Amino acid sequence: MKLCATSSVKAAPWLFLAPFLLIFGAFTAWPLARSLILACQQTFGPTNTVFVGLDNFRFLLTDPLFWTALQNTFVYALSSVTLQLPLALGLALLLNRPSLRGRTLYRLIFFSPSLVGLVFAGIIFSIIFEKRTGLVNVGLHRLFPVFDLDFPWLQNYVMPALILASLWMYVGFNMIYFLAALQNVPRELEEAAMIDGANAWHRFRHIILPEIKPVTSFVVLLSLIGSFQLFELPWALLSGPGPENRGLTIVMYLYQTGFLTNDLGYASAIGWVLAVILFTLALTQQWFNRKETRS
Amino acid sequence: MNNSFNSTTSSPSPSARRLLSHTLIHSVLILAAIITLIPFAWLLASSIKTSADFFTSVFLPTGTGWGGIAWDRLTLGHYERLFLELGIARNLLNSFFISSVTALGATLAASMGGYALAKFRFTGSSIVTSIVLAALIIPAPLLLAPGYLFIYQLGLLDSYTGLLLPAMAPAFGVYLFRQAIWNSVPDEILESARIDGAGEFRIFFTLVVPLMRPMIGAFLLITFLGMWNNFIGPQVIFQSPELFPLSVSINQLKGVYSQDYGLIMAGTVISIAPVLCLFLLLQREFISGLTAGAVKG
Repeated sequence: MKLCATSSVKAAPWLFLAPFLLIFGAFTAWPLARSLILACQQTFGPTNTVFVGLDNFRFLLTDPLFWTALQNTFVYALSSVTLQLPLALGLALLLNRPSLRGRTLYRLIFFSPSLVGLVFAGIIFSIIFEKRTGLVNVGLHRLFPVFDLDFPWLQNYVMPALILASLWMYVGFNMIYFLAALQNVPRELEEAAMIDGANAWHRFRHIILPEIKPVTSFVVLLSLIGSFQLFELPWALLSGPGPENRGLTIVMYLYQTGFLTNDLGYASAIGWVLAVILFTLALTQQWFNRKETRS
Repeated sequence: MNNSFNSTTSSPSPSARRLLSHTLIHSVLILAAIITLIPFAWLLASSIKTSADFFTSVFLPTGTGWGGIAWDRLTLGHYERLFLELGIARNLLNSFFISSVTALGATLAASMGGYALAKFRFTGSSIVTSIVLAALIIPAPLLLAPGYLFIYQLGLLDSYTGLLLPAMAPAFGVYLFRQAIWNSVPDEILESARIDGAGEFRIFFTLVVPLMRPMIGAFLLITFLGMWNNFIGPQVIFQSPELFPLSVSINQLKGVYSQDYGLIMAGTVISIAPVLCLFLLLQREFISGLTAGAVKG
């Protein structure tokens, strides 16, 4: 239908694709292939390499730092997502009224923190969570005088501090997706249920929730993928991995091994473990979606 | 709409109930808005206080001025130091430069690629489409070490090119543009332009680009923001401080002047204010772009 036989039209799509394909080939496809080889090498800097086979992966299994990183990342991902998404959905439900005054302003305010880069957010929160002078401790101490001004967020409560910071950043961001989904729920459906005497909870549980399921599963996957790649926020918040590596994440460990101890091979092996975790998550989501549509 | 469903409820005083629920909703929303805005307000206040006032007041220092605030004790000294002594203008300029060039390059490559996949039938198009889809699930950190190695081998370490070139092939963007062009550019106008003898590139730039303006605007913003906030890329590729964007230089500043809170906060204000302003100006494009697809971190 749109096929022309002239040679200019035959060459045209390749010319349009050329910039993308050339750069993608050089800087994504080639490094991806190279990373498979690199993961089987031990390196010191970019020039000294030794082939070690699967030793990197074998070493990973018994590397206590890697297990710490893995554990921290899982705890962060699961707890931040389980807190973030209900709050985001809650705000979206409150905002999803065409007659609500100041709707655009609220949406703007809630969304604004996600524009702040993770490094900058980490720096802001590193001072907000300071002992004695930080906003959180001073504020909580003024509201509840029993609260200890020296509460050691960045020393002993690294994970709660990280999760709170991530709530500030991402609740509004996820709210945007839920809001878009809620706006597509047919209004007649809700009104019909209301006439039938369904209360707010029932309307939410049996009408809204099933209608926004595809978006919810997409947002869950997106948040998990993002959480598993966490690096800059704790790196800036703690100026490193934190006391006893309490803020060490998978990507932070990858960065440390690749660029501070200069073993690009071991870093690639860590990268592949991360990739496998993310592929598994994506496949699980696909499987869930397919099961849902079948039943 | 609201009135119509109110008439269906049989409550004794629907207007009173409605008022109550509205008050409740607004209280929750206002509380959430305050929690969201407090870090911004605190950041701004800390950046214009002297070090002494930082430790004695939570927001602005109290005094005898208007509203009980010591306005005369506020200072722009931290900003002065950043610009005059620490040369932050250079980092600000670097951030603008790398973000703008990335945004333009990535948007051009992605829109042209997406157009080719949406509107041409050619041998290999399905293979390219599968590659683009497969690339969406490659986590960026996996490419960090091999990408660095390749840029080293090309001799592009510590250069703008080494950071910018790899950022200009976003598979995610090609996919977004493919979907958008598929849906909103009719085949007929392309055909009639071809019959009129217009060249392929002229068709793209004079017909397709204007039709895709909202999408192009959104993608420019998203890629600009992505590079502005990128830390790990410039941290790994750049070694010379004169190339550093704000993300790297402010993080270093925090390492060197860790106790000088006012200075660090002023640097952070300089780093986040431009993107917040940009967003305020163009928020509609931004949000439509976000919900059109997804932002890949």
